[in-house]
Amino acid sequence: MQSRALEILVGFFVCLGVAAIFVLTFRVASTDNIGGGGGYTLTADFSNIGSLSPGASVKLAGVRIGSVTGISIDPKTFQAVVAMRISDQHRDIPDDSAAKILTAGLLGEQYVGLEPGGSLDALKDGGRIQFTQSAFVLENVIGQFLTGMVQKGSQSSGSPGAAPAPATP
Amino acid sequence: MKSAWQSLAGLLSGLGRATLFLFQLLAATPHALARPRILIRQLYMVGTLSLVIIVVSGSFVGMVLALQGYRTLSGFGATASLGIFVAFTVVRELGPVVTALLFAGRAGSALAAEIGLMRATDQLSGMEMMAVDPLRYVVAPRFLAGFIAMPLLTAIFSVMAIGVAGGYLIGVSLLGVDPGAFWSQIHANMHPLDIWQSMFKALVFGAVITWIAVYQGYHAAPNSEGVSSATTTTVVASSLAVLGLDFILTAFMFR
Repeated sequence: MQSRALEILVGFFVCLGVAAIFVLTFRVASTDNIGGGGGYTLTADFSNIGSLSPGASVKLAGVRIGSVTGISIDPKTFQAVVAMRISDQHRDIPDDSAAKILTAGLLGEQYVGLEPGGSLDALKDGGRIQFTQSAFVLENVIGQFLTGMVQKGSQSSGSPGAAPAPATP
Repeated sequence: MKSAWQSLAGLLSGLGRATLFLFQLLAATPHALARPRILIRQLYMVGTLSLVIIVVSGSFVGMVLALQGYRTLSGFGATASLGIFVAFTVVRELGPVVTALLFAGRAGSALAAEIGLMRATDQLSGMEMMAVDPLRYVVAPRFLAGFIAMPLLTAIFSVMAIGVAGGYLIGVSLLGVDPGAFWSQIHANMHPLDIWQSMFKALVFGAVITWIAVYQGYHAAPNSEGVSSATTTTVVASSLAVLGLDFILTAFMFR
Protein backbone atom coordinates (compact mmCIF):
# COMPACT_ATOMS: atom_id res chain seq x y z
CA MET A 1 0.00 0.00 0.00
CA GLN A 2 2.81 2.34 0.90
CA SER A 3 4.56 1.54 -2.36
CA ARG A 4 1.35 2.28 -4.28
CA ALA A 5 1.14 5.77 -2.80
CA LEU A 6 4.78 6.23 -3.73
CA GLU A 7 4.09 5.24 -7.31
CA ILE A 8 1.20 7.69 -7.53
CA LEU A 9 3.33 10.54 -6.21
CA VAL A 10 6.15 9.76 -8.63
CA GLY A 11 3.64 9.52 -11.47
CA PHE A 12 2.28 12.93 -10.47
CA PHE A 13 5.80 14.39 -10.51
CA VAL A 14 6.62 12.93 -13.93
CA CYS A 15 3.28 14.11 -15.39
CA LEU A 16 3.89 17.60 -14.04
CA GLY A 17 7.39 17.69 -15.51
CA VAL A 18 6.34 16.41 -18.93
CA ALA A 19 3.42 18.84 -18.98
CA ALA A 20 5.83 21.67 -18.17
CA ILE A 21 8.10 20.66 -21.06
CA PHE A 22 5.08 20.62 -23.39
CA VAL A 23 3.94 24.03 -22.16
CA LEU A 24 7.43 25.41 -22.75
CA THR A 25 7.64 23.96 -26.25
CA PHE A 26 4.18 24.71 -27.54
CA ARG A 27 2.92 27.60 -25.43
CA VAL A 28 6.06 29.61 -24.76
CA ALA A 29 8.05 28.97 -27.94
CA SER A 30 6.58 29.84 -31.30
CA THR A 31 5.81 26.69 -33.24
CA ASP A 32 4.70 28.41 -36.43
CA ASN A 33 8.26 28.57 -37.73
CA ILE A 34 9.02 24.88 -37.29
CA GLY A 35 6.09 23.65 -39.35
CA GLY A 36 7.85 24.67 -42.52
CA GLY A 37 5.64 22.65 -44.86
CA GLY A 38 2.79 25.11 -45.36
CA GLY A 39 2.82 28.47 -47.02
CA TYR A 40 4.29 29.92 -50.19
CA THR A 41 7.37 31.95 -50.97
CA LEU A 42 7.69 35.55 -52.13
CA THR A 43 10.86 37.50 -52.82
CA ALA A 44 11.63 41.20 -52.75
CA ASP A 45 14.78 43.14 -53.71
CA PHE A 46 16.02 45.83 -51.35
CA SER A 47 18.99 48.16 -51.78
CA ASN A 48 19.63 47.95 -48.03
CA ILE A 49 18.10 45.59 -45.51
CA GLY A 50 19.58 47.13 -42.36
CA SER A 51 19.78 44.46 -39.67
CA LEU A 52 17.00 42.23 -41.01
CA SER A 53 17.79 38.57 -40.32
CA PRO A 54 16.26 35.21 -41.27
CA GLY A 55 13.36 34.41 -38.96
CA ALA A 56 12.18 38.03 -38.81
CA SER A 57 8.42 38.59 -39.10
CA VAL A 58 6.53 39.53 -42.23
CA LYS A 59 3.53 41.63 -41.28
CA LEU A 60 0.49 42.81 -43.17
CA ALA A 61 -1.38 45.64 -41.45
CA GLY A 62 0.59 44.80 -38.32
CA VAL A 63 -0.50 41.16 -38.28
CA ARG A 64 2.20 38.52 -38.59
CA ILE A 65 1.54 36.47 -41.73
CA GLY A 66 4.92 34.86 -42.34
CA SER A 67 8.64 35.02 -41.77
CA VAL A 68 11.85 35.78 -43.61
CA THR A 69 13.46 32.51 -44.72
CA GLY A 70 16.55 33.62 -46.57
CA ILE A 71 18.64 36.63 -47.50
CA SER A 72 21.06 36.66 -50.42
CA ILE A 73 22.72 39.09 -52.81
CA ASP A 74 21.73 39.41 -56.45
CA PRO A 75 25.13 39.13 -58.22
CA LYS A 76 24.13 41.50 -61.05
CA THR A 77 22.30 44.33 -59.33
CA PHE A 78 24.07 44.00 -55.95
CA GLN A 79 20.72 44.24 -54.23
CA ALA A 80 19.66 42.13 -51.28
CA VAL A 81 17.10 39.46 -52.19
CA VAL A 82 14.84 38.67 -49.25
CA ALA A 83 12.85 35.42 -49.46
CA MET A 84 9.71 35.27 -47.33
CA ARG A 85 7.42 32.39 -46.48
CA ILE A 86 3.78 33.50 -46.21
CA SER A 87 1.17 31.23 -44.64
CA ASP A 88 -1.42 29.72 -46.95
CA GLN A 89 -4.48 31.55 -45.64
CA HIS A 90 -3.08 34.80 -47.03
CA ARG A 91 -3.12 33.78 -50.71
CA ASP A 92 -4.68 36.92 -52.14
CA ILE A 93 -1.98 39.56 -51.75
CA PRO A 94 -2.23 41.90 -54.79
CA ASP A 95 0.77 41.83 -57.14
CA ASP A 96 1.32 45.58 -56.89
CA SER A 97 1.81 45.45 -53.12
CA ALA A 98 4.80 47.19 -51.57
CA ALA A 99 7.29 45.78 -49.08
CA LYS A 100 9.01 48.01 -46.53
CA ILE A 101 11.62 47.19 -43.93
CA LEU A 102 10.33 48.68 -40.70
CA THR A 103 11.46 48.74 -37.10
CA ALA A 104 9.30 47.66 -34.18
CA GLY A 105 9.53 50.63 -31.85
CA LEU A 106 12.59 52.83 -31.62
CA LEU A 107 15.04 50.10 -30.65
CA GLY A 108 13.10 47.02 -31.69
CA GLU A 109 13.73 44.32 -34.22
CA GLN A 110 13.38 44.94 -37.94
CA TYR A 111 10.61 43.26 -39.88
CA VAL A 112 9.11 43.34 -43.36
CA GLY A 113 5.85 45.24 -43.60
CA LEU A 114 3.61 44.61 -46.62
CA GLU A 115 1.27 47.28 -47.93
CA PRO A 116 -1.43 45.84 -50.19
CA GLY A 117 -1.94 47.46 -53.59
CA GLY A 118 -5.13 47.73 -55.63
CA SER A 119 -4.46 45.17 -58.35
CA LEU A 120 -6.93 42.36 -58.92
CA ASP A 121 -4.19 39.81 -59.63
CA ALA A 122 -2.66 38.05 -56.64
CA LEU A 123 1.02 37.26 -56.13
CA LYS A 124 1.85 33.62 -56.91
CA ASP A 125 4.26 31.22 -55.24
CA GLY A 126 7.79 32.43 -56.02
CA GLY A 127 6.47 35.84 -57.04
CA ARG A 128 8.51 39.00 -56.67
CA ILE A 129 7.31 42.16 -54.93
CA GLN A 130 8.27 45.08 -57.19
CA PHE A 131 7.84 48.08 -54.96
CA THR A 132 10.20 48.10 -52.01
CA GLN A 133 11.49 50.57 -49.50
CA SER A 134 14.82 49.90 -47.81
CA ALA A 135 15.64 49.95 -44.16
CA PHE A 136 15.88 53.23 -42.35
CA VAL A 137 19.60 53.73 -41.75
CA LEU A 138 20.08 56.38 -39.12
CA GLU A 139 23.56 57.40 -40.28
CA ASN A 140 22.34 58.19 -43.80
CA VAL A 141 19.44 60.23 -42.52
CA ILE A 142 21.68 62.21 -40.18
CA GLY A 143 24.13 62.67 -43.04
CA GLN A 144 21.41 64.05 -45.33
CA PHE A 145 20.12 66.26 -42.57
CA LEU A 146 23.59 67.69 -41.93
CA THR A 147 24.23 68.22 -45.66
CA GLY A 148 20.90 70.01 -45.87
CA MET A 149 21.85 72.20 -42.91
CA VAL A 150 25.24 73.08 -44.44
CA GLN A 151 23.70 73.94 -47.82
CA LYS A 152 21.02 76.02 -46.21
CA GLY A 153 23.64 77.74 -44.04
CA SER A 154 25.89 78.54 -47.00
CA GLN A 155 22.90 79.88 -48.98
CA SER A 156 21.71 82.16 -46.20
CA SER A 157 25.20 83.37 -45.38
CA GLY A 158 26.04 83.41 -49.09
CA SER A 159 24.36 86.73 -50.06
CA PRO A 160 25.79 88.95 -47.35
CA GLY A 161 29.07 87.03 -47.47
CA ALA A 162 29.31 87.61 -51.22
CA ALA A 163 30.28 91.22 -50.78
CA PRO A 164 33.47 90.77 -48.73
CA ALA A 165 34.56 87.71 -50.68
CA PRO A 166 35.69 89.57 -53.84
CA ALA A 167 37.09 92.33 -51.68
CA THR A 168 39.89 90.15 -50.29
CA PRO A 169 42.26 90.18 -53.31
CA MET B 1 57.44 21.79 -1.90
CA LYS B 2 56.92 18.15 -1.18
CA SER B 3 53.53 18.73 0.41
CA ALA B 4 52.41 20.75 -2.62
CA TRP B 5 53.47 17.86 -4.84
CA GLN B 6 51.59 15.43 -2.62
CA SER B 7 48.41 17.50 -2.63
CA LEU B 8 48.59 17.76 -6.43
CA ALA B 9 48.99 13.99 -6.64
CA GLY B 10 46.07 13.58 -4.26
CA LEU B 11 43.91 15.87 -6.41
CA LEU B 12 44.81 13.97 -9.59
CA SER B 13 44.20 10.58 -8.01
CA GLY B 14 40.82 11.76 -6.72
CA LEU B 15 39.89 12.93 -10.22
CA GLY B 16 41.05 9.66 -11.72
CA ARG B 17 39.14 7.61 -9.16
CA ALA B 18 36.00 9.67 -9.79
CA THR B 19 36.32 9.09 -13.55
CA LEU B 20 36.79 5.34 -13.12
CA PHE B 21 33.82 5.36 -10.75
CA LEU B 22 31.76 7.09 -13.45
CA PHE B 23 32.56 4.31 -15.94
CA GLN B 24 31.61 1.61 -13.41
CA LEU B 25 28.46 3.57 -12.69
CA LEU B 26 27.54 3.84 -16.38
CA ALA B 27 28.11 0.11 -16.78
CA ALA B 28 25.79 -0.57 -13.82
CA THR B 29 23.09 1.90 -14.92
CA PRO B 30 21.25 -0.43 -17.36
CA HIS B 31 20.68 -2.81 -14.44
CA ALA B 32 18.84 -0.05 -12.62
CA LEU B 33 16.26 -0.01 -15.42
CA ALA B 34 15.54 -3.69 -14.78
CA ARG B 35 14.35 -2.85 -11.24
CA PRO B 36 11.74 -0.12 -11.66
CA ARG B 37 10.60 -0.37 -8.04
CA ILE B 38 13.93 0.89 -6.69
CA LEU B 39 14.09 3.53 -9.42
CA ILE B 40 10.60 4.81 -8.59
CA ARG B 41 11.50 5.05 -4.92
CA GLN B 42 14.56 7.13 -5.79
CA LEU B 43 12.56 9.30 -8.21
CA TYR B 44 10.27 10.03 -5.30
CA MET B 45 13.23 10.96 -3.10
CA VAL B 46 14.99 13.28 -5.56
CA GLY B 47 12.05 14.42 -7.68
CA THR B 48 8.73 14.56 -5.89
CA LEU B 49 10.25 15.74 -2.63
CA SER B 50 12.06 18.56 -4.49
CA LEU B 51 8.83 19.84 -6.05
CA VAL B 52 7.93 22.30 -3.30
CA ILE B 53 11.29 24.08 -3.21
CA ILE B 54 11.41 24.22 -7.04
CA VAL B 55 7.88 25.62 -7.38
CA VAL B 56 8.33 28.22 -4.65
CA SER B 57 11.76 29.41 -5.75
CA GLY B 58 10.70 29.43 -9.41
CA SER B 59 7.80 31.72 -8.58
CA PHE B 60 9.95 34.10 -6.58
CA VAL B 61 12.74 34.22 -9.17
CA GLY B 62 10.15 35.08 -11.83
CA MET B 63 8.61 37.76 -9.61
CA VAL B 64 11.96 39.43 -8.92
CA LEU B 65 12.93 39.32 -12.59
CA ALA B 66 9.63 40.94 -13.54
CA LEU B 67 10.03 43.73 -10.97
CA GLN B 68 13.62 44.51 -11.95
CA GLY B 69 12.96 44.10 -15.66
CA TYR B 70 9.99 46.44 -15.47
CA ARG B 71 12.09 49.13 -13.81
CA THR B 72 14.79 48.89 -16.48
CA LEU B 73 12.47 48.50 -19.47
CA SER B 74 10.14 51.33 -18.46
CA GLY B 75 13.12 53.69 -18.91
CA PHE B 76 13.00 52.86 -22.64
CA GLY B 77 9.23 52.70 -22.84
CA ALA B 78 9.62 49.02 -23.70
CA THR B 79 7.59 47.38 -20.94
CA ALA B 80 5.81 45.29 -23.59
CA SER B 81 9.07 43.33 -23.84
CA LEU B 82 8.86 42.29 -20.19
CA GLY B 83 7.61 38.83 -21.13
CA ILE B 84 10.48 38.01 -23.44
CA PHE B 85 12.97 39.49 -20.96
CA VAL B 86 11.80 37.15 -18.21
CA ALA B 87 11.41 34.19 -20.59
CA PHE B 88 14.90 34.45 -22.10
CA THR B 89 16.56 34.94 -18.72
CA VAL B 90 14.76 31.98 -17.20
CA VAL B 91 14.89 29.54 -20.10
CA ARG B 92 18.47 30.20 -21.16
CA GLU B 93 20.23 30.65 -17.82
CA LEU B 94 18.40 30.90 -14.53
CA GLY B 95 16.07 27.93 -15.03
CA PRO B 96 18.72 25.23 -15.41
CA VAL B 97 21.29 26.87 -13.12
CA VAL B 98 19.08 27.77 -10.14
CA THR B 99 17.29 24.42 -10.37
CA ALA B 100 20.68 22.68 -10.39
CA LEU B 101 21.93 24.64 -7.37
CA LEU B 102 18.74 23.86 -5.44
CA PHE B 103 18.92 20.26 -6.59
CA ALA B 104 22.50 20.00 -5.34
CA GLY B 105 21.47 21.36 -1.96
CA ARG B 106 18.24 19.41 -1.66
CA ALA B 107 18.89 16.07 -3.37
CA GLY B 108 22.67 15.89 -3.84
CA SER B 109 23.45 16.35 -0.15
CA ALA B 110 20.81 13.78 0.82
CA LEU B 111 22.25 11.25 -1.64
CA ALA B 112 25.79 11.73 -0.37
CA ALA B 113 24.73 11.50 3.28
CA GLU B 114 22.60 8.40 2.67
CA ILE B 115 25.26 6.45 0.77
CA GLY B 116 27.98 7.71 3.11
CA LEU B 117 26.04 6.46 6.10
CA MET B 118 25.55 3.11 4.38
CA ARG B 119 29.32 2.99 3.98
CA ALA B 120 29.91 4.00 7.61
CA THR B 121 27.50 1.40 8.97
CA ASP B 122 29.03 -1.32 6.77
CA GLN B 123 25.83 -1.88 4.81
CA LEU B 124 27.72 -1.60 1.52
CA SER B 125 30.36 -4.10 2.70
CA GLY B 126 27.57 -6.39 3.83
CA MET B 127 26.03 -6.30 0.36
CA GLU B 128 29.39 -7.03 -1.22
CA MET B 129 29.81 -10.00 1.12
CA MET B 130 26.45 -11.36 -0.03
CA ALA B 131 27.70 -11.04 -3.62
CA VAL B 132 25.23 -8.22 -4.25
CA ASP B 133 26.81 -5.39 -6.21
CA PRO B 134 26.00 -2.17 -4.32
CA LEU B 135 26.74 -0.19 -7.49
CA ARG B 136 23.82 -1.88 -9.21
CA TYR B 137 21.35 -1.85 -6.33
CA VAL B 138 22.19 1.31 -4.43
CA VAL B 139 24.16 3.72 -6.56
CA ALA B 140 22.91 3.24 -10.13
CA PRO B 141 19.17 3.81 -9.38
CA ARG B 142 20.02 7.05 -7.57
CA PHE B 143 22.19 8.25 -10.44
CA LEU B 144 19.51 7.44 -13.02
CA ALA B 145 16.81 9.11 -10.92
CA GLY B 146 18.81 12.34 -10.73
CA PHE B 147 19.40 12.20 -14.48
CA ILE B 148 15.64 11.87 -15.13
CA ALA B 149 14.45 14.33 -12.50
CA MET B 150 16.60 17.37 -13.36
CA PRO B 151 15.06 18.23 -16.79
CA LEU B 152 11.55 17.76 -15.39
CA LEU B 153 12.32 20.00 -12.41
CA THR B 154 13.89 22.61 -14.71
CA ALA B 155 10.80 22.65 -16.93
CA ILE B 156 8.54 23.08 -13.88
CA PHE B 157 10.79 25.87 -12.58
CA SER B 158 10.71 27.70 -15.93
CA VAL B 159 6.94 27.42 -16.30
CA MET B 160 6.41 28.70 -12.76
CA ALA B 161 8.84 31.58 -13.26
CA ILE B 162 7.50 32.74 -16.63
CA GLY B 163 3.85 31.97 -16.75
CA VAL B 164 2.01 30.79 -13.71
CA ALA B 165 3.04 32.66 -10.62
CA GLY B 166 6.20 34.59 -11.45
CA GLY B 167 6.63 37.01 -14.33
CA TYR B 168 3.03 36.87 -15.49
CA LEU B 169 1.58 37.46 -12.01
CA ILE B 170 3.78 40.47 -11.29
CA GLY B 171 3.99 41.87 -14.82
CA VAL B 172 0.37 41.57 -15.84
CA SER B 173 -1.62 41.57 -12.60
CA LEU B 174 0.47 43.99 -10.55
CA LEU B 175 2.36 46.23 -12.97
CA GLY B 176 -0.31 46.32 -15.66
CA VAL B 177 1.61 45.01 -18.68
CA ASP B 178 -0.81 43.99 -21.42
CA PRO B 179 -1.20 40.18 -21.29
CA GLY B 180 -1.40 39.97 -25.08
CA ALA B 181 1.87 41.87 -25.46
CA PHE B 182 3.45 39.74 -22.72
CA TRP B 183 2.73 36.50 -24.56
CA SER B 184 3.07 37.73 -28.15
CA GLN B 185 6.59 39.05 -27.50
CA ILE B 186 7.52 35.65 -26.08
CA HIS B 187 5.95 33.83 -29.02
CA ALA B 188 7.64 36.03 -31.60
CA ASN B 189 11.15 35.70 -30.18
CA MET B 190 11.43 32.37 -28.37
CA HIS B 191 12.50 29.48 -30.57
CA PRO B 192 11.86 25.82 -29.67
CA LEU B 193 15.63 25.31 -29.92
CA ASP B 194 16.00 27.50 -26.81
CA ILE B 195 13.84 25.06 -24.87
CA TRP B 196 15.82 22.04 -26.01
CA GLN B 197 19.12 23.70 -25.17
CA SER B 198 17.73 24.45 -21.72
CA MET B 199 16.72 20.79 -21.30
CA PHE B 200 20.17 19.67 -22.47
CA LYS B 201 21.81 21.89 -19.86
CA ALA B 202 19.54 20.40 -17.21
CA LEU B 203 20.47 16.84 -18.27
CA VAL B 204 24.18 17.62 -18.03
CA PHE B 205 23.77 19.32 -14.64
CA GLY B 206 21.67 16.45 -13.29
CA ALA B 207 24.26 13.88 -14.35
CA VAL B 208 27.17 15.87 -12.89
CA ILE B 209 25.46 16.61 -9.56
CA THR B 210 24.37 13.03 -8.93
CA TRP B 211 27.75 11.74 -10.08
CA ILE B 212 29.55 13.94 -7.55
CA ALA B 213 27.02 13.07 -4.83
CA VAL B 214 27.18 9.30 -5.20
CA TYR B 215 30.97 9.37 -5.62
CA GLN B 216 31.41 11.42 -2.46
CA GLY B 217 29.05 9.18 -0.51
CA TYR B 218 30.51 5.94 -1.84
CA HIS B 219 34.08 6.96 -1.04
CA ALA B 220 33.34 8.71 2.25
CA ALA B 221 35.50 7.88 5.24
CA PRO B 222 33.46 5.37 7.30
CA ASN B 223 32.76 7.61 10.29
CA SER B 224 30.53 10.55 11.17
CA GLU B 225 33.16 13.08 10.12
CA GLY B 226 33.50 11.39 6.76
CA VAL B 227 29.75 11.58 6.14
CA SER B 228 29.61 15.26 7.04
CA SER B 229 32.60 16.13 4.87
CA ALA B 230 31.13 14.11 1.96
CA THR B 231 27.88 16.08 2.23
CA THR B 232 29.66 19.44 2.35
CA THR B 233 32.01 18.57 -0.51
CA THR B 234 29.07 17.43 -2.60
CA VAL B 235 27.24 20.73 -2.30
CA VAL B 236 30.34 22.87 -2.80
CA ALA B 237 31.84 20.87 -5.66
CA SER B 238 28.60 20.37 -7.55
CA SER B 239 27.62 24.05 -7.23
CA LEU B 240 30.99 25.10 -8.63
CA ALA B 241 30.79 22.44 -11.36
CA VAL B 242 27.32 23.65 -12.35
CA LEU B 243 28.40 27.29 -12.62
CA GLY B 244 31.55 26.43 -14.56
CA LEU B 245 29.79 24.01 -16.89
CA ASP B 246 27.04 26.56 -17.48
CA PHE B 247 29.60 29.02 -18.80
CA ILE B 248 31.09 26.38 -21.12
CA LEU B 249 27.70 25.18 -22.37
CA THR B 250 26.49 28.75 -22.93
CA ALA B 251 29.65 29.62 -24.85
CA PHE B 252 29.12 26.58 -27.08
CA MET B 253 25.38 26.79 -27.61
CA PHE B 254 24.50 30.49 -27.84
CA ARG B 255 26.99 31.83 -30.32
